Amino acid sequence: MAGLVPFLAGRMVKAVVILFAIVVLNFLLVHAAPGDPAMVMAGEAGAADAKFVEQLREQFGLNKPLHEQLMTYVGTVAQGDLGFSYRQQRPVWDLIADRLPATLMLTLSAFVVALVGGILLGTLAAINSGKWSDSAITVVALLAYATPIYWVGLMLILLFSVSLGWLPAFGFETVGAGLTGLDRLGDILAHLVLPVFTLGLFYMAVYARMTRASILEVRDMDFVKTARAKGLRESRIVFGHILRNAILPVITVAGVQGGHLIGGSILVETVFAWPGIGRLAFDAVLQRDYQVLLGIFFVSSVMVIVFNILTDLVYTLVDPRIEVAK
Amino acid sequence: MKTSSGFWAAYARNKGAVFGLLIVAVVIVLALFSGVLFPESPWEMVNAPFLPPMSDGALLGTDTLGRDIAAGIAHGARMSLWIGLVSTGVALLIGVSLGALAGFFGGVVDDAIMRFTELFQTIPNFVLAVVLVAIFTPSSTSIVAAIAIVSWPPLARLARGEFLSLRSREFVQAAITTGQSNLTIIVRQILPNSLSPIIVSASLMVATAILLESSLSFLGLGDPNQMSWGYMVGAARTVIRQAWWMSFFPGLAILLTVLSLNLIGEGLNDALNPKLARKGR
Amino acid sequence: MTGTVTPFPAPRRASAPQTEGSAMSPSSVATAVEPLLDVRGLTISLPDGADRPYAVENLTFTLNPNEILCVVGESGSGKSMTAHATMGLLPKPHVKVTGGELLFRGHNVFTMSETEQRALRGGRIAMVFQEPMTALNPLKKVGDQIEESLRVHTSLDKAARAARVVELLTQVGLPNPADLSKSYPFRLSGGQRQRVMIAMALACEPDVLIADEPTTALDVTTQKQILELIRSIQAERHMGVMFITHDFGVVAEIADRVAVMQHGKLVEIGPARQVLNAPTHPYTRHLIASVPHYIEHRADFTKSGDALLEARNVNKVFNVGGGFLRKGRQVVAGDDICLTIHPGETVGLVGESGSGKSTLGRSIVGLMTPNSGQILFKGQNLLGLKRREFRPFRRDIQMVFQDPYASLNPRHKVGDIISQGPVAFGEDKGKALTRARELLQLVGLDGSAADRYPHQFSGGQRQRISIARALAMDPTLLVADEPVSALDVSVQTQVLKLLDDIRHRLNLSMLFITHDLRVAAQVCDTIAVMRRGKIVEIGPSRSVFGDPQHEYTRTLLDAIPGKAWEIPAELLAERAGHSAGGHPS
Repeated sequence: MAGLVPFLAGRMVKAVVILFAIVVLNFLLVHAAPGDPAMVMAGEAGAADAKFVEQLREQFGLNKPLHEQLMTYVGTVAQGDLGFSYRQQRPVWDLIADRLPATLMLTLSAFVVALVGGILLGTLAAINSGKWSDSAITVVALLAYATPIYWVGLMLILLFSVSLGWLPAFGFETVGAGLTGLDRLGDILAHLVLPVFTLGLFYMAVYARMTRASILEVRDMDFVKTARAKGLRESRIVFGHILRNAILPVITVAGVQGGHLIGGSILVETVFAWPGIGRLAFDAVLQRDYQVLLGIFFVSSVMVIVFNILTDLVYTLVDPRIEVAK
Repeated sequence: MKTSSGFWAAYARNKGAVFGLLIVAVVIVLALFSGVLFPESPWEMVNAPFLPPMSDGALLGTDTLGRDIAAGIAHGARMSLWIGLVSTGVALLIGVSLGALAGFFGGVVDDAIMRFTELFQTIPNFVLAVVLVAIFTPSSTSIVAAIAIVSWPPLARLARGEFLSLRSREFVQAAITTGQSNLTIIVRQILPNSLSPIIVSASLMVATAILLESSLSFLGLGDPNQMSWGYMVGAARTVIRQAWWMSFFPGLAILLTVLSLNLIGEGLNDALNPKLARKGR
Repeated sequence: MTGTVTPFPAPRRASAPQTEGSAMSPSSVATAVEPLLDVRGLTISLPDGADRPYAVENLTFTLNPNEILCVVGESGSGKSMTAHATMGLLPKPHVKVTGGELLFRGHNVFTMSETEQRALRGGRIAMVFQEPMTALNPLKKVGDQIEESLRVHTSLDKAARAARVVELLTQVGLPNPADLSKSYPFRLSGGQRQRVMIAMALACEPDVLIADEPTTALDVTTQKQILELIRSIQAERHMGVMFITHDFGVVAEIADRVAVMQHGKLVEIGPARQVLNAPTHPYTRHLIASVPHYIEHRADFTKSGDALLEARNVNKVFNVGGGFLRKGRQVVAGDDICLTIHPGETVGLVGESGSGKSTLGRSIVGLMTPNSGQILFKGQNLLGLKRREFRPFRRDIQMVFQDPYASLNPRHKVGDIISQGPVAFGEDKGKALTRARELLQLVGLDGSAADRYPHQFSGGQRQRISIARALAMDPTLLVADEPVSALDVSVQTQVLKLLDDIRHRLNLSMLFITHDLRVAAQVCDTIAVMRRGKIVEIGPSRSVFGDPQHEYTRTLLDAIPGKAWEIPAELLAERAGHSAGGHPS
């Protein structure tokens, strides 16, 4: 694939531009917020400590003209310094790095579950369009699409933890159980089930609806008529001709939307006390710890950009038309 | 153009949409008359705490502080609808204007606007909404602004697409060759023809906005002066083991309202785009 | 374009020694000829709410081995439905066969099991569709798409199938068949894709080939090649071909027998020679009379005075597919174009798709800006003008568009559509509306049409409204961009007649853009032939048709389907009478 290198290079340039824009946005937010920028950066707890505020003023050159401040800020972020949380007495980046694996585990699993489940259900509905299974899937998707995910989480806890006692409700693993090896893995997976399903459900509904609509649209296209005129079996027409053409656009949209899962993870992690950056964000909101919040905003944007590049890459490999579209 | 009776006939063919309209009507009535139905402030402690549903004087039970949940739901309807409508209005204003400009003028204008839109689409929208409301302190205004700021990009894309395709339509070109001004062309020729998909997505966006608002207030970022459904679920989160009803009923209210708005959106889609509707939904 | 170009006395096919029902397939010499397809009383119903209950009603005909049967009709005649029903491709569940039988070699296809039907489809009966651009799966290599047919219907092993695919691609005349079989469809041109479709149809050596308007979406030169291909393959394999078309030129080119359909019913069937030269049914006579042809008796236009419009060295290059940080492909749509139009003159701009003819038209009306050159209108260069300075010229130069369904705003009343232009130039609304009614009468509609919406009119009527809208501005120059190519032939004739009539009555100059030389011949004084952005030949119609100078012009003329066929003179006389009324249904 000779086109891959320029493609990646192009995407990298674009990513850097977007990241720069996000850093500028962060900077503007700090300055647009009501009150002294130094106070905003320090957060509610830090504001009491005059020495810390003074140090911030010094570090970010808050007495200098605005454009110089911007340069200082961009420079700081470029060095990987996302600030310092006075409340937690730790650099923001360290706080986020600690929590990142848990969030990645949650969001990626949820994405895979949502995409696979959504495409399967959507296909099932489209193939049986007009029959009861189609109606059932459509109704469930409509419901899932309209339900606040935090509420789904709470209701699932009520059902599977409180009433049935099948699955653990809170946390990443059983604290103090001292499990190791496979036992620990099993324990973590058990803790993962409810959050992943909760987060995935909404997007599963979205992808199922998209897949169904896309298949119904492709089904009427000319090349499907050609396939039928060849005397192919219905199953071969569906799997050999319709599905691939119908699912490709779903994957593109899913890739773009994948980033929204991170937003959803704030809610899910809050409900399930999952120790990821979503939960960190919730705590930061409660404590008005803006440095942490802005750091999370930045890091999650980076995650979205990386994710988008990955899905574009997959798309490039799957769709033969892309390679020459240069 | 179709007559209005034809429109309603097409709309009423979708049973879900009629159901949605009924539910939304109930929610609107609830919102309008919440003050009459529950004259006491929903923040008032009117009863013993932790009363289960069907208790005396508390149909849906009371919360941890003895506040009436039914009253909270009635007053919360007001907040949800208001935020949903206003933020959709603002998002429409931003999105449709930008999209219309990009689609109509094309070229550099289009490029610039679409880059800007892309930036906002890349940013994880709920995270941005949280950051915005947190930094500008929670209030109705900041919530509406945050929801509008994260919701306009899809509308801009939609409007741009419509304008772009209508712009190259021959009746618009004819309007250009007969010397009509840009403003006339945008307002009289293009806009009326691009309205139906915009109306449909606006109705869906009201639903999304209500979900967003409830999520924000679930995290404690709601307007502290207004009772809201999301806040009620959020406040009851920690006592879910002891008191399921405290989070169940407000959540159900959100679910029904959002579902109904989505159903209405689909009904409008059927009625306004009859060709697409036949393809099955 | 009659005998002037190629001196063929009669249509090739029409003179072939065959009569109805007696064709002999050499492979079955001994047996009596059994028809391949025997359609008896076929009826196809449309869903409730359609404009008529049946798409096809009580249709009976046969298709014999070793013949090409052309099924001809205008849009909505049910010809395509018939083809689709034969292949079991009707859009389920809305449209279905409700009566009659369809026998393939004596067996009723409609009562066969799904498995038996599938074995016929693509195996014994194959089909080629109208739109080559969308008929192939975009995500599968073309070779694999052909191979799929072989896999289903034959027992060939993988290597044999691959060899067969290459063989097929060679047979349909595609270059580098081995490489091409590994290409994706988007790399192929429309003509190449149609060849792939034909190769796919031929894969299992079918007895019957159904071709549904296979050349309608193609340029005329490509059409000629595809017609020749189908004809030679049919002759080689003694297939029965059911060829569906709306174009009597194409019929004259390839048909052995002709079936004419109208509103779902068969109105006439017979040997090509007979139907083409001595049609009996009034509808057939009307259709044939409407076929555009070169009018010999048109007097040459004498140019007088200064040119009304002059294009000087106009250049236009498009960047296709480019984007941010990316350079696209360049397409030349205008290469040093020079052209003059004199008062009262109609200049025909003829070329195949992508030749740049529309670009020039759009540049003249100010919808597009060329990269360089001048467009002088009454001596004033329009290209240098700012938006506001250009505005007064908008009244003088008006345009009639191609698509009657897209050129009228569906949400405005016809009267408003016509009067919007004058109102924009400050005319009183009431006056403009009164004038709109007058204009509607001028173009052959009722004045009351002003109070109705566009969707209440047929395609031909809408095109009349479009013309009225242009006339409302009192233009001196009319740019007509393919004004009849979306219309059925019988309507085409009426609209062409109207344009010709109006330009004489109002002394209009006209730039008439078309891909169809036959249509250009109807109305143009002067013809300019375009190719890849260049005007390769320009001259009076008579000399361009009678004595073409450029190689490409000759190729174009030679590619006109049915050029050797003379429309019977008595029908032409009838035609003059027909279009005088000029009122569409």
